[in-house]
Amino acid sequence: MGKIEWAMWANEQALASGLILLTGGIVGVAGQFRGWQFAAYAVAAGVFVCLLEYPRSKRSKGTSVERTGQYCFTVCVKSFGPLTRNYYVRAFLHAAICVPGGFMLATVLGCVCLGIASIIYFVAAIRGEHWEPILPRKESRMPVAESIKNPPQNPPPRPPAETRRKRVDDLEDAAYDNPISVTDN
Amino acid sequence: MGNFAANEGLSIFVILVWLGINAFLFVFFYMKYLGDSWFYTRELLGHALSWARAPAGCLNFNCMLILLPVCRNLLSFLRGSIQYCSRTAARQLDRNITFHKLVAYMIAFHTAVHIIAHLFNFEYFMDAQLNRNSSLLPFVLSEIGNGDNASFLNPIRSNETNPTIVMFTTIAGLTGVAITLALILIITSSMEVIRRSYFEVFWYTHHLFIIFFIGLVLHGFGRIVRGQTEKSMNVSNPLVCADHFEDWGKNDSFCPVPKFAGNPPMTWKYVVGPMILYVCERIVRLYRSHQKVVITKVVMHPSKTLELQMKKKGFHMEVGQYVFIQCPSVSRLEWHPFTLTSAPEEDYFSAHIRIVGDWTQALYEACGGDKTEPQEAWQLPKLAIDGPFGTASEDVFRYEVVMLVGAGIGVTPFASILKSVWYKHIQNNQEVFTKKIYFYWLCPETQAFEWFADLLQSLEGQMTEKGMTDFLSYNIYLTRWKETEAAHIRVHHEAENDPITGLKQKTLYGKPNWDNEFTNIATKHPGTKVGVFLCGPPQLGKSLEKQCLSHSEANVKFIFNKENF
Repeated sequence: MGKIEWAMWANEQALASGLILLTGGIVGVAGQFRGWQFAAYAVAAGVFVCLLEYPRSKRSKGTSVERTGQYCFTVCVKSFGPLTRNYYVRAFLHAAICVPGGFMLATVLGCVCLGIASIIYFVAAIRGEHWEPILPRKESRMPVAESIKNPPQNPPPRPPAETRRKRVDDLEDAAYDNPISVTDN
Repeated sequence: MGNFAANEGLSIFVILVWLGINAFLFVFFYMKYLGDSWFYTRELLGHALSWARAPAGCLNFNCMLILLPVCRNLLSFLRGSIQYCSRTAARQLDRNITFHKLVAYMIAFHTAVHIIAHLFNFEYFMDAQLNRNSSLLPFVLSEIGNGDNASFLNPIRSNETNPTIVMFTTIAGLTGVAITLALILIITSSMEVIRRSYFEVFWYTHHLFIIFFIGLVLHGFGRIVRGQTEKSMNVSNPLVCADHFEDWGKNDSFCPVPKFAGNPPMTWKYVVGPMILYVCERIVRLYRSHQKVVITKVVMHPSKTLELQMKKKGFHMEVGQYVFIQCPSVSRLEWHPFTLTSAPEEDYFSAHIRIVGDWTQALYEACGGDKTEPQEAWQLPKLAIDGPFGTASEDVFRYEVVMLVGAGIGVTPFASILKSVWYKHIQNNQEVFTKKIYFYWLCPETQAFEWFADLLQSLEGQMTEKGMTDFLSYNIYLTRWKETEAAHIRVHHEAENDPITGLKQKTLYGKPNWDNEFTNIATKHPGTKVGVFLCGPPQLGKSLEKQCLSHSEANVKFIFNKENF
């Protein structure tokens, strides 16, 4: 729970839009509709959007849940640096990509959905969110224990002063004979 | 195998029946549009017509079903009535949210098929208008109805348009776009990641279903799917006349020009019932929420748990039920579910609320949790309560032997049960059907014990007094512990009471060995039905379910019930 990270919803919406754009494009091309060139574009755009949106970002607060097998996509997306890190860039990119989809009925739905995703990304960008890759944590090796190298500095723990006091009346049964008299403090 | 049937049989049966009805409707509507009155329509569209109408029929059915599992009050009422007939049937109603999701997936699937088929339909309609050649039947068919604009077949009336424009200028097209967008937004905001982390986004976006249902009802009002009228069929049979389309309406031909009309809208007949039920459900919720609720006591427990003790006129609860709480001063629109931790025998009802997010934090501050001096009664915030709603925990007393497993804050429904047990046995001396309770509490940190440990301590004391120490056997498992705690425990190992909880029963560490536990219980109680109740994370639920299935033999049956939020 916590404050809303709009980018998480934008990511789901954009991924769904990519799939819808792709499906509409495939239908347009397979059915050889009028304006099938827009459909062919939509296939390419849909695939691109899906690849870009598949890796989930790391959340700024809380645990992040990866999508299955997203590691290779994370590495690819990460390599573009600020272009993929910044959500303003993503918002404008999605807005630009979605426009040609509006020219053909089969891809109109994908266009509108991607437009909505672009708006949500814009909101996320205004609120200062950015994309962080989810990378596996490197296991830090345990440092070699100090105690192996250094000898103990302190004497071993002793029973409390009560039992340590020199028992002058019973020297045979005393735990040990203290050379120095002990007072309990 | 039989225990699998006992645990899952009814669910599987319900799902098979539902899938069967879907399949039947699909095939039925597909075949319907292969009939003769649609002959000319199929001249334009081919099988794409049937591919569009079949999922439409299924969509009507599923949209009727989707509202029903979320009528909480109706379900609670049904559950109460069915319980007397069959415990299994009542348990089925606990899976309402799962069914709601299944129906939603089916709606999404059918919507996809429906839209793809209509993309082809629009394309074919446009083709018929663009190939303006009188020797082509599709063009001749498209020209019909140009005069009176009523008996036409092709909804695209001219060639100076394109499918996109047509979509935005027809009722069916506009409503179709609106409801599909609403559906997509609802689905993307309902993904588990969003739902678990940002409940508000999920909840508010889900209310787009209002637009969905309004659009759905209006979707067919344009009567855009057109077939030959019956009158026209009598005088101009397509099987005979189709080949002579060039002579239609001419003086010497026996085939007059066929006339077409649209289907009357059908969807409203399917969804009006559930819509009315849902409106009633919301009205009931609203009414119940306006009843005055008084906070009688606020207790701040360690580990960020807030206890609210409340009273409301006419409030009656059973063990393990939950309520929705709203605090208008915190948020006017948010209702959050909390299990009741008080027993029905007490004169107040209480909820233990863990402070995890914005709403709970604000509620804590509104109740004066961060102030040091006690609050006056009039300073406490106004609350609204909706409920109580029943869940699986109500069934506990119907089993002779019961295993209760609670993880962390999931112990709350069992707090209510244990308290009720205490009241029933010790104070009223009522005869209870339940003879033995095995209680398991899995907790990651020690601080969470305090408020519940008090309850267990008093129960322990009371049971020793009455000589009934055998009735309740509880095991507390500390699943995560740190070095400092381990040192403290080591030093006090010999003490009579547990150093963490102060109870006679020692706290155990790590996770329970369920295999051993189930085997022990099975050997101690042969020939009985053991109810297993869990309130906790899904992985624990899965492993317990597996244990139930594997340990249920001929003489002892483990029945698994899960509470979910």
